[in-house]
Amino acid sequence: MERTTISRRTFLNLAVGAGAGAALAACGSSGPTGSTGGGGGAGSTSYWFLTGAPGEAIRQGSVDRFNQANPDTQIKATTFQNDAYKTKIKTAIGAGQAPTIIWGWGGGGLKSYVDAGQVDDLTGWFGENAAVRDRLFPSSFGAATIDGKIYAMPAETVQPIVLFYDKRAFDKIKAEPPQSWDDIMALVPKFNAANIAPFSLGGQSRWTNMMWLEFLFDRIGGAEVFQAVFDGEKDAWSNPKSIEALTRMQDLIKADGFVKGFSSITADSNADQALLYTGRAAMMLHGTWTYGGMKADGGDFVSGGNLGWMNFPPVEGGTGDPSDTVGNPGQYLSISSKATAEQKETAKKFFTEAVLSDAEVQAWIDAGSVPIVKGSESKLAGTADAEFLNFVYETSANAKVFAQSWDQALSPTAAEKLLDNIAQLFQLSITPQQYAANMNGVIGQ
Amino acid sequence: MTAFAPPAGPRASSDPASRGRSGAVGWLAVPALVAFVAFGVVPLIGVLALSFTTWDSIGAIRPTGFDSWRAVLTDPGLPHALWVTFEVMALSWLVQTPISLLIGVFLAGRHRYRELLAVLYFIPLLLSAAAIAITYKALLDPNFGLGAGLGVPLLVQDWLGRPGLAMGVIVFVVSWQWIPFHSLIYQSGARQIPRAMYEAAELDGAGRVRQFLSITLPQLKYTIITSSTLMVVGSLTFFDLIFVLTEGGPGDATRVLALDMYKRGFQANLMGPASGIAVILVLVGLALALLLRRLGGRDQSASQLEGM
Repeated sequence: MERTTISRRTFLNLAVGAGAGAALAACGSSGPTGSTGGGGGAGSTSYWFLTGAPGEAIRQGSVDRFNQANPDTQIKATTFQNDAYKTKIKTAIGAGQAPTIIWGWGGGGLKSYVDAGQVDDLTGWFGENAAVRDRLFPSSFGAATIDGKIYAMPAETVQPIVLFYDKRAFDKIKAEPPQSWDDIMALVPKFNAANIAPFSLGGQSRWTNMMWLEFLFDRIGGAEVFQAVFDGEKDAWSNPKSIEALTRMQDLIKADGFVKGFSSITADSNADQALLYTGRAAMMLHGTWTYGGMKADGGDFVSGGNLGWMNFPPVEGGTGDPSDTVGNPGQYLSISSKATAEQKETAKKFFTEAVLSDAEVQAWIDAGSVPIVKGSESKLAGTADAEFLNFVYETSANAKVFAQSWDQALSPTAAEKLLDNIAQLFQLSITPQQYAANMNGVIGQ
Repeated sequence: MTAFAPPAGPRASSDPASRGRSGAVGWLAVPALVAFVAFGVVPLIGVLALSFTTWDSIGAIRPTGFDSWRAVLTDPGLPHALWVTFEVMALSWLVQTPISLLIGVFLAGRHRYRELLAVLYFIPLLLSAAAIAITYKALLDPNFGLGAGLGVPLLVQDWLGRPGLAMGVIVFVVSWQWIPFHSLIYQSGARQIPRAMYEAAELDGAGRVRQFLSITLPQLKYTIITSSTLMVVGSLTFFDLIFVLTEGGPGDATRVLALDMYKRGFQANLMGPASGIAVILVLVGLALALLLRRLGGRDQSASQLEGM
């Protein structure tokens, strides 16, 4: 998922919000009655995707190359800003006006399209086109698979969440980066004594807090703890491992592990990154998409070699595999089941010829990302950020489990409840037991 | 949303002359009526209908009777959201009314410098709520905001991260934005008060404070009611500001009804319950508007200039 600049979230959410009342809710009610063919008009295949650098230009580049090579089967691209897109695509699909190619995040959102019968099952097509499937990271297919069937083509880049740290801060207190959870807890008072916040956190954004729980759950109980939630097992959040993870989380908060006032800080404004590169915080757990921002805004912080990175360390007594990671295993392209046969053909041709073509792969690497194509590590070597990109590649490729972010994996209904309860857990206004009880109530929704 | 105050229909009059005229005048109401029905009543009926369904905004709409209402009414989040909404309403009314009343009366005086001040005071009203919220958010940032920049420890607080402080910030920003508007209302109200009343009071030896309490305040009674209605009913629709400033946080400390509705409908894909909340919002808004009209006395057309 792309999570960046302030304008995207605020202004467009507002555009949506302004109509959030009676009027918009009612407008939608006339939606699902219409079941005309896929949007974009007669014949032309439509593709909606997100704006914002660097992705927009790269996506457009692939469309342009495809259109040049195939004058008869044109793809018409329309771009949207992130949050506007989230609402727009939902409304369009609900109204039977979806574009032929639906860009998405997979997981719970994709499942809601599948449940409504709005996207095509691509399992058979991938069976016939094994070459397309086999060149992509196998881990990227998890979030595209619902009930054993593949409903989306994985695309673009892999974005695991990693532990960033400031080498200068560790030099100052003469310490080494943490190798375990106990190390983390031991570092907290040392950094606080040196007037450096141990961890930066944009707590108001809520999903930022969630990343911590994702790793703690995995390291303490393994991927199966959250898998049980995902599979809808009764009372899955009350698993003792889950309670232990939630308790350790609150222990870190109570020990002042996070920067003071973290609940006032948002990730949208990149203030959490700023805390790290200005030396006010020593560490930050965040997606690899923040690397570019820190490089651009942090002066010589990144270029001067001060930024360190590592996978989240193991927790003492935990049973999870320390190679596991979590984040965005890819982005996803689905085909609208309302599209015409020709449109679907064109879309599949686009998937085969243009998506993650050699030119696109190179463009993603040049932009500082790791595309989900096997063997792309050989192309990383010569780039300016080779060291970091290699780390991202290794982390992603070697992960025993590459879990999708919880809020993406769950249904939108459960995800909203989850983020709500995580925010309250971090406020210390609910206990781990209350959290588990609240969340057990929405399991399977 | 909740701005559907009942249209003030002309009271049926027994005067034959005015009855004859209202036939022609009635046609003039048609454009407004059409707009009101198309953009007010019809969506409202749609929302009411949706509140008896289950819909995730993607799949089919399934009628499910009272399921959504049961979900809304048994959710502990609803009384909390109602309480937060009431808090914002009451606090922002308490802060705004006295200040805008005083500023309004002050600006009613006809001096050059007061007119200049009036223009300056008016500026916050020209800004969009989103822009204001983004600006304040940046100013209040505990690490990079105003307090940290100026090195004033008192201003370095977890402004949006503590429930009480976050509520205070919202009330402050709301007041900062809307006081100019209400001052304007009071200014025009105060200018309508006949000077003769003050001259008579001066002859009787009444001081400035006495004049304010005995003449200005009673004469502004209906202005106060108008301004309060706008404040109270308007506070039900505070969405943009709170959404950008706190997103309802920390936790759910500033989650007002309008925000709760949005989150349920558009983020959690629960259109049924969200419509239920929309209906509740409309009902609360209507009830408040009616109540405030009652407070203003039964006959609003009665003269404010009794004894003149």
